Amino acid sequence: MNWGSANDFFAMGGYGLYVWGSYAVALALMVLEPGLVSLRHRRARRHPDDQDAQE
Amino acid sequence: MRFFTFAAPSRFYALSGVLIPWFWLATVCLTVLGLYLGFFVAPTDATQGEAYRIIFIHVPAAWMSMVLYLVMAGWAVVGWAFKARLASMVARAIAPTGAMFTFLALWTGAFWGKPTWGAWWVWDARLTSELILLFLYLGYIALTESIDDDRRADSAGALVALVGAINVPIIYFSVRWWNTLHQGASVSIAAAPKMAETMLTAMLVMTFACWAYAFAVVFMRTRAIVLEREAHTDWVKALREDVP
Repeated sequence: MNWGSANDFFAMGGYGLYVWGSYAVALALMVLEPGLVSLRHRRARRHPDDQDAQE
Repeated sequence: MRFFTFAAPSRFYALSGVLIPWFWLATVCLTVLGLYLGFFVAPTDATQGEAYRIIFIHVPAAWMSMVLYLVMAGWAVVGWAFKARLASMVARAIAPTGAMFTFLALWTGAFWGKPTWGAWWVWDARLTSELILLFLYLGYIALTESIDDDRRADSAGALVALVGAINVPIIYFSVRWWNTLHQGASVSIAAAPKMAETMLTAMLVMTFACWAYAFAVVFMRTRAIVLEREAHTDWVKALREDVP
C-alpha cells in the first residue's frame, strides 16, 4: 500500500493537480463520448416523421 | 455461414448489439483492475515521484491514437477498393474515437510535461507529430462530413486517411530519428521492458481497457451509422416498428 491516508492519496506527493487533471479529463471524455453516440443511435432508430415533428 | 456474412450491415447490427454490453463490462472491470494496480500496487517512481502515475492513461491513449488511425485507414481503403459498405462505415465510426484518444494523449502529456519538464508544451518531434495526427483525424472527419453523397465521402476520406498514415511511423520513430525531449520507448517488442513489472502490468491492463472501450464505442457508432444509411430498407423499417 502506497498511501498512509486519503489525504496522501489525493495529494499524490504534491502532484495532485497533474495526476487528477489527467484522469478527470480522461473520465469525462470517456463518459461523454458514449453518451453522445447513444443519443445519435436513439435518434437514428426513431421514425423520420417523429424527427421532423421534434425539430 | 459464409465468411462475409457479418459484412452485411443488418447482420453486423444484430451481432454487435449482442457484443457491446460485454465490451462495456470488460472496459469497467479492466479499468478498475488497472487503476488499482497503478495506484495501489505499483511503487512510487524513484525520480519522478507520484507524477509518473499519469503513464497509466497517457501511454494507452497514445498507443490507441496510433493503432486506431491505422485501423481506420485500413477499413477505409478496404471499403474503397472492394466497395464494401460496412468497412467504410466502420472507418467513419473510428475517426471520432481516434481523435478523442489523440487529444487525451496530448492533454495527459501536457499534464505530465509541466511537472517533469517544466513546460506544458514544447515543439518537439514526438509532440508535434502527435498534434498533426489530431489534425489528420479532424481533417478526415471534416472532409467526410462535408460531402453529402456517402459513397463519394467514403472514397475521398479513404484517400486522405491513406496519405495521412505516413504520419504514424513518423510519430513512433520520432524519438529515435530526432533529438527529442520526449523519452524513448520503454516498452518494445524487441527488448525487455525498462520499467518495474507491476508498473508494466498496470499499463498493459489499462491498454486492454482502452481496447475494450474502443470496440464498444466504435460498434455503437457504427450501428448508428448503419441505421442512418439504411433508413430506407425494410429491415430498418421493421426494427423501428419494434420501438415503443
